[in-house]
Amino acid sequence: MFTAMLGEAWHAMGANRLRTFLTMLGMVIGVSAVVLMMAIGQGAEAAVKRSISAMGSNLFVVLSGPPSAGGARSATGNAPSLNVKDANAISDLDGVVGVAPVTMGKAQIVFGSNNWNTDIIGTTPSYLDIRGWNLSDGYAFSESDIRSATRVALVGKTIVQNIFGDNIDPIGKTIRIKQSPFVILGVLDSKGQTLDGRDQDDTIIVPLTTAQRKLFGNQLPGSVRQIMVQAESDNTMPMVEQGLNSLLNQRHNIREGSDSDFSVRNLTAIANSAAETTRTMSLLLGAIASVSLLVGGIGIMNIMLVSVTERTREIGIRMAIGARQRDILLQFLLEAIVISIVGCLIGIAIGVGGAIMVNIITKAEIIISVNSVAIAFGVAASIGVFFGFYPARKAAMLNPIEALRYQ
Amino acid sequence: MQKSVIEVSGLYKDYQTAAGPFPVLKDVNLRIENGDYVAIMGPSGSGKSTFMNILGCLDKPSKGQYVLDGHPVANMEQNAIAQVRNRTIGFVFQGFNLLARSSLLDNVALPLVYAGVDKTERHARAKLLLEKVGLAKYLNSRPNQISGGQQQRVAIARALVNKPSLILADEPTGNLDSVTSEEIMTLFSELNQEGITIVLVTHETDIAEHASRQVRFLDGRIVQDTRTREIGTTETFGTPTNNIISEAI
Ligand SMILES: Nc1ncnc2c1ncn2[C@@H]1O[C@H](COP(=O)(O)OP(=O)(O)OP(=O)(O)O)[C@@H](O)[C@H]1O
Ligand SMILES: [Mg+2]
Repeated sequence: MFTAMLGEAWHAMGANRLRTFLTMLGMVIGVSAVVLMMAIGQGAEAAVKRSISAMGSNLFVVLSGPPSAGGARSATGNAPSLNVKDANAISDLDGVVGVAPVTMGKAQIVFGSNNWNTDIIGTTPSYLDIRGWNLSDGYAFSESDIRSATRVALVGKTIVQNIFGDNIDPIGKTIRIKQSPFVILGVLDSKGQTLDGRDQDDTIIVPLTTAQRKLFGNQLPGSVRQIMVQAESDNTMPMVEQGLNSLLNQRHNIREGSDSDFSVRNLTAIANSAAETTRTMSLLLGAIASVSLLVGGIGIMNIMLVSVTERTREIGIRMAIGARQRDILLQFLLEAIVISIVGCLIGIAIGVGGAIMVNIITKAEIIISVNSVAIAFGVAASIGVFFGFYPARKAAMLNPIEALRYQ
Repeated sequence: MQKSVIEVSGLYKDYQTAAGPFPVLKDVNLRIENGDYVAIMGPSGSGKSTFMNILGCLDKPSKGQYVLDGHPVANMEQNAIAQVRNRTIGFVFQGFNLLARSSLLDNVALPLVYAGVDKTERHARAKLLLEKVGLAKYLNSRPNQISGGQQQRVAIARALVNKPSLILADEPTGNLDSVTSEEIMTLFSELNQEGITIVLVTHETDIAEHASRQVRFLDGRIVQDTRTREIGTTETFGTPTNNIISEAI
């Protein structure tokens, strides 16, 4: 009985191919849009989540220079106002579990005949702990390297690939940074991109003192561009932020109301808001795509209503020879469901194909989860039922003799 | 005393028109016994089709009672009425009412779909009946590819396919030549001999003579009711056939 009706639905759809195709097209566009948007949205979310967890948790960064919209820019332009003593004082604050003064710059590095321009970070060993950055090979420098400003370096994966290649083990090799020789102690784990798309593996970490004295030596002794601060937990972050501001105001003799020469940024909050933004974006994309799914559903309803009117006589005949109301209901409902499910399957194929294309062309990360495909399928099938029900019920409620008289 | 299949009493039917209610049936009373063979006659517009539609549970009377097989139809629920249309009654329409988009085989087999018969049996039974009405060559044709008389025979085959105990035929020979008409009437006589109750509408007296009883309508009332034969004593005309239909159904 059911298979017979399914056959009839197929038959009825085949009777008016162009119309069936156009109705289905609405569904195809809706579903493929939903699948594509979910793939792109989820991919973006995953990329953001990965950069956040790579960044480290409960982080502040204190920047040299007055707070302004372009704080980071002015911090690199002027002489740094922070120094190592500030960092030491901060480490005594309540709720602070890690502090790492950082000074940085760009430099040319050379190994053999290979050249590379990269970011140099001068910092203390606690930097790696704060950022949760492990070594994939070798070992890190220690406090004694800081004290004696030794020429040692930790290199990122991108650098290894670009100046050593696959065949040379970088550990123990000597590279030249701004002409001075540095011995490589360790290789940093891959961190991927930052939220703003910088490659974090294109980095060399050296002892703070070495960077200050031997690489970027034209600065005030002991000065640093940034201090990274890690709070104990999410809950202590407001307290630590307050502590940082009052401590540094006091140390820098800044009176209330006047401009300070540093700024405190809550990296975790910035990251979370970035994550929030991508989530909102992907929701928005999904919502827009869902609208097209809704429009597709209305298209199905429209065509089913036309179909019921056109086939009124047929409905009368069927009722006259014994079709129950629910048989007629099922027949038209099945037709709507078959149209939406077939449309949905085609839509999934196009959506997945489109997502793969996007990935190939823009290199943007995409995630096609079984979940999102299942949701698209479920929604499409329910749209078929929902929008097919009213026309089907209209057909089932027809009076047989009036339906038979319909011209 | 035979049991009544159909018992109609005080039946009225008004059609609602722009000019107000238009009475078509006016106090119709009729009782048809099991196994009877009744011909309904009357001029065009006298309400014969309207009456048949009510008997076939396709339409409802405005007033009065219709008891089918002991059950008042007014009290029956929708699904039960659908089942009656499907199993108890075989209805042959004045205008055939075949599904234009389906093959003859599917048309004839359609009542079996709603009876829940499986596909192989559906097709076997539909095929057998189409063969018996002489359309074996046209199983996969569409209704618009065959003549009116052939369509009429398809409609009869469809009415018979689910072994009804009551056949209601509205001018089943209206579109047929006299030879084919005789064939169809022979078929009905045989069905009647099998014990199937038959009510048919016709304009032609010689067709009506095949029946055991003639009821005449005029202006929405029964004006004449004659019995020419006892119930179950129908004779077959022409060459005796070998129970073709009973074999088939
Ligand atoms: N749906 C309708 N609305 C209004 N009036 C109708 C309707 N159907 C039939 N009638 C009227 O009812 C009357 C009886 O119609 P019916 O079809 O029962 O006649 P009939 O006896 O079968 O005629 P015929 O021999 O021509 O088939 C006619 O006068 C017709 O105009
Ligand atoms: Mg008529």
